[in-house]
Amino acid sequence: MSKLKILSKGFIKENPVFVMLLGMCPALGTTTSAENGIGMGLATLFVLVMSNIVVSLVKNFIPDKVRIPSYIVIIATFVTIVDLVLHAYVPDLYKALGLFIPLIVVNCVVLGRAEAFASKNNVLDSAIDGLGMGIGFTFALTLLGAVREIIGSGRVFGVNLHLYQSDGMLVFILAPGAFIALGFIIAIVNKLSKKPAQ
Amino acid sequence: MTYILIIIGAIFVNNIVLSKFLGICPFLGVSKKISTAVGMTGAVTFVMTIATIVTWLLQKYVLLKFDIEYLQTITFILVIAALVQMVEIVLKKVSPPLYQALGIFLPLITTNCAVLGVAILAATSKDFGLMESTVFAIANAIGFGLALIIFSGIREQLEFSDVPEYMKGAPLALIVAGILALAFMGFAALA
Repeated sequence: MSKLKILSKGFIKENPVFVMLLGMCPALGTTTSAENGIGMGLATLFVLVMSNIVVSLVKNFIPDKVRIPSYIVIIATFVTIVDLVLHAYVPDLYKALGLFIPLIVVNCVVLGRAEAFASKNNVLDSAIDGLGMGIGFTFALTLLGAVREIIGSGRVFGVNLHLYQSDGMLVFILAPGAFIALGFIIAIVNKLSKKPAQ
Repeated sequence: MTYILIIIGAIFVNNIVLSKFLGICPFLGVSKKISTAVGMTGAVTFVMTIATIVTWLLQKYVLLKFDIEYLQTITFILVIAALVQMVEIVLKKVSPPLYQALGIFLPLITTNCAVLGVAILAATSKDFGLMESTVFAIANAIGFGLALIIFSGIREQLEFSDVPEYMKGAPLALIVAGILALAFMGFAALA
């Protein structure tokens, strides 16, 4: 597989959120605005790339039986780094994402890539795979966040689009809107890719 | 009184799945049949309660005592992973029928973010003692079960409905979950 293919597959064909339906908790829980979506996406991207690199480096030293716990420790290490860095430098984002930062550790995308890709491929490919998946995840979260923000409040990235005369459909910022918006986005993706859902 | 508030808050007002977005993977994954939903609820209740008690004690008597709170994520996930294994082994020996019923769901729970989420919420909450945390964990597990079982009931009916090809599966399930979440928002007045 060429490097470009590895990079691009996470973006469209195997998009973790829209196609593979992984990492749904942060995708729904943190996308109250496009900015939070980007923040969560980038935090996950960092963990994905770093854990893929380390898992790929140590894959030959870890006995098969204890590989999953070992991967979890590696991932948890990088999640702790992200947690401390966000807390120190972007306290607003840290507050908005809240519980979902430590929960990156149980994000199925991260463990899934470590197990499915990094444990079988070389370091460079694993890093590219992590980057591609991370970009796909960030894209999905940003899109979902933007859709919810535009419908919910008529503004995106702090720019008022003047869609509504008053407040907008608040329900899209609240919990139910997350499910409904993501449901429709996945339906549109299915329709465009003409792929029958399983 | 506080216990009642914790219970109502966790089950209805801030339902763990429909308003806090924890445990979405099993919520979408094992909700095709009511029987599997019930099995999963049992397994989650079991693990969530034990995990919250153990991690609460760990937080109070190890992490806070030695001022190493930044290790919280790593220790908690390891404790939960080990605990799931242990529960599996103990159940196999002590109660084979229960193991038969919950068996296949147990390994899935390690990556259920609801368990880690509730453990962290209980451990970092300032006014939760051990008793409150235990009640909080049980109530959240019941909330998870309630949402999961209602949802699987709806999905069993949805199987027979005629919907466009591209709406089948996940999209329709998500939209139904959204409407269910909307219904649960009505409980907000209880708090």
